[in-house]
Amino acid sequence: MLRLAARSAKPLTALRSASRTFATSRCVRSERSPASLDTFTEEEQLLRESVRRFAVDVVGPKVREMDENEMMDPSVIKGLYEQGLMGIETSADHGGAECSFTSAIIAIEELAKVDPSVSVLCDVHNTLVNTVIRKYGNKEQQDKWLPLLAESKLGSFCLSEPASGSDAFALQTRAKKEGSHWILNGSKMWITNSYEAEIFLIFANASFRCPMFSVSMLTILQQIDPSKGYKGITCFIATKDMGVQIAKKEEKLGIRASSTCTINFDDLKIPEENVLGGEGKGYKIAIEILNEGRIGIAAQMLGLAQGAFDKAVPYTFERKQFGQPIGTFQGMQFQMAQAAIDIETARLLTYNAARRKEEGLPFTKEAAMAKYWSSVVAQRVSGQAIEWAGGVGFTRETGIEKFWRDSKIGAIYEGTSNIQLQTIAKFIQKEYS
Amino acid sequence: MRPSAARLLNILVPVKRAVDYSVKIRVNPQQTGIDTNVKHSMNPFDEIAVEEAIRLRESLGASVIKSIKAVTIGPPKSVDILRTALAVGADSAVHVALPESAPSPEPLAVAKTLQALIKKAGDGESKVDMVILGKQAIDDDLGVTGQMLAGLLGWSQATFASKVEVDEAKGEVVVTREIDGGGEEVRCKLPVVITTDLRLNEPRYASLPNIMKAKKKPVEKFSPEDLGVDYTPQLETLKVTEPPKRVGGGKVASVEELVAKLKEAGVAAA
Repeated sequence: MLRLAARSAKPLTALRSASRTFATSRCVRSERSPASLDTFTEEEQLLRESVRRFAVDVVGPKVREMDENEMMDPSVIKGLYEQGLMGIETSADHGGAECSFTSAIIAIEELAKVDPSVSVLCDVHNTLVNTVIRKYGNKEQQDKWLPLLAESKLGSFCLSEPASGSDAFALQTRAKKEGSHWILNGSKMWITNSYEAEIFLIFANASFRCPMFSVSMLTILQQIDPSKGYKGITCFIATKDMGVQIAKKEEKLGIRASSTCTINFDDLKIPEENVLGGEGKGYKIAIEILNEGRIGIAAQMLGLAQGAFDKAVPYTFERKQFGQPIGTFQGMQFQMAQAAIDIETARLLTYNAARRKEEGLPFTKEAAMAKYWSSVVAQRVSGQAIEWAGGVGFTRETGIEKFWRDSKIGAIYEGTSNIQLQTIAKFIQKEYS
Repeated sequence: MRPSAARLLNILVPVKRAVDYSVKIRVNPQQTGIDTNVKHSMNPFDEIAVEEAIRLRESLGASVIKSIKAVTIGPPKSVDILRTALAVGADSAVHVALPESAPSPEPLAVAKTLQALIKKAGDGESKVDMVILGKQAIDDDLGVTGQMLAGLLGWSQATFASKVEVDEAKGEVVVTREIDGGGEEVRCKLPVVITTDLRLNEPRYASLPNIMKAKKKPVEKFSPEDLGVDYTPQLETLKVTEPPKRVGGGKVASVEELVAKLKEAGVAAA
């Protein structure tokens, strides 16, 4: 809270010249000296410790069961709400904890060290749903929806469709205005949290209001207008009881406890006051929010890698072969050292991107790098973790193999790895050509 | 006739920053102590103490319990456990600051410090009525501070508490103590020193909104001179070693063999 106040009081020029200073952070030596990338405020450290304990004590015992049953335990979701982890950046007036973006990243990382499924539930809810309403909602919408989201209702972000993933804005869900309501028709696919969610942010293509100067048939505007391309895309807030139909729940390789469903809208009626940010603003909202969300996924993958590492390495110092713990063999040691380096690089990329965003600096390239790299590291380290634990690592009992299965999605959702590389390359081209 | 106004109770919770329970302890090369360059956190029994104070307030209400104050004695980094105590529900905290290089204070010095603080609080509104602390710290396992404090103050003491009930009208507490034979119920007049045992409660996690609220809660600082306590160690640690490594056992084929081995080891009568 102090940090936010300090930022708004400082002029932007001071911010930029001060590079990486955190004026209200108690762990910086002086206001002007840059701090190392693993510098955190006291509150952030307390938060990390608190979430870590919650994750280990409350989530930990349920991880295997939730994975085998492909179902999130309601008590885990309830626990997240009770810990105040579902409104991390939301203002206190709206029932949130009013913490920094980095605090959210810390919470996501700590949860992922124990269960990446729980982590992604918290990530999508905070960095996508909460942030969209906070940034683009008008006062009435913020007052109405943010407290519900912070206290008890789970949110879901509905952009992808069967025919549009990376090409997100080729979406086909249509919205047409009828009086004071919008009628939505279409389907969304691959929607995280959808099974448990009560609040849905839906991106649909709406028509624009053409000026009523022509009486030609074309301007009778009850028609869909996907020909306007992405310019028609609008973000709508819907609740489950408006008639959102949860259809097929996907059976996945990993993050099985995180619900991923197809949802259908069959003449779904949404009041006009539920349009977020204005008609046709959906493209901008989605592009900007997915940038931030990328850092959240980077944190999830980072936590995953760390969790797998933390589970497997102690085992290597207990397991003895040829008279010594296998963790003392040089071959193993070199592998563990390289994995530790990988994790450290992912950590620095992730937290630097988070701090850049907090400071108002451009962070698109850094966020793409963090997400891409963290997912690579997660795959690599979790795979190694299985091998270090040998046969035991291959069984489902220790939970090490679960990290490897969970890691695969990192290269796919919230922007595939190829898309991330393309994003980064665009910056390079711009700079060098 | 004016009814005697029951004064609101103030609870003091001393907490210690100790080596975290999950750390694998290693003896230092000089064999003078353990490697303390490891993770530290609040002594688990002290966490239980903080939790109990908060639960008492939750069940009795703010009309009975006025304040919960956490106190720690140690170097500057000890303040982090005070923040944790504030984040789970303590109202204010006190840090008795020792220099970074100072050795860990001994129980008698700790007890004298607490006595001095209680004396400073006086007999009015801030009078301390209950001191709740862990039965022992998990680094030295001495388990004497609470008892010494009660002795110095001349207060009732109820140690190894597994249940605490406050009867504010009578000015008494009823504590169930864990003893070897089971449980012992003692009734103590306030003021009282209570030390917590494992089964008293399960501490809560500091939720995020409470962590943020904790920032605004006051932390008072004192130096040893302010309180007139001497922290010079009375004890000198001569040597610290690891316990002998466990050697594998052996399997016996029959009861006779077992008895024979026991006789050999000198454990059973010949």
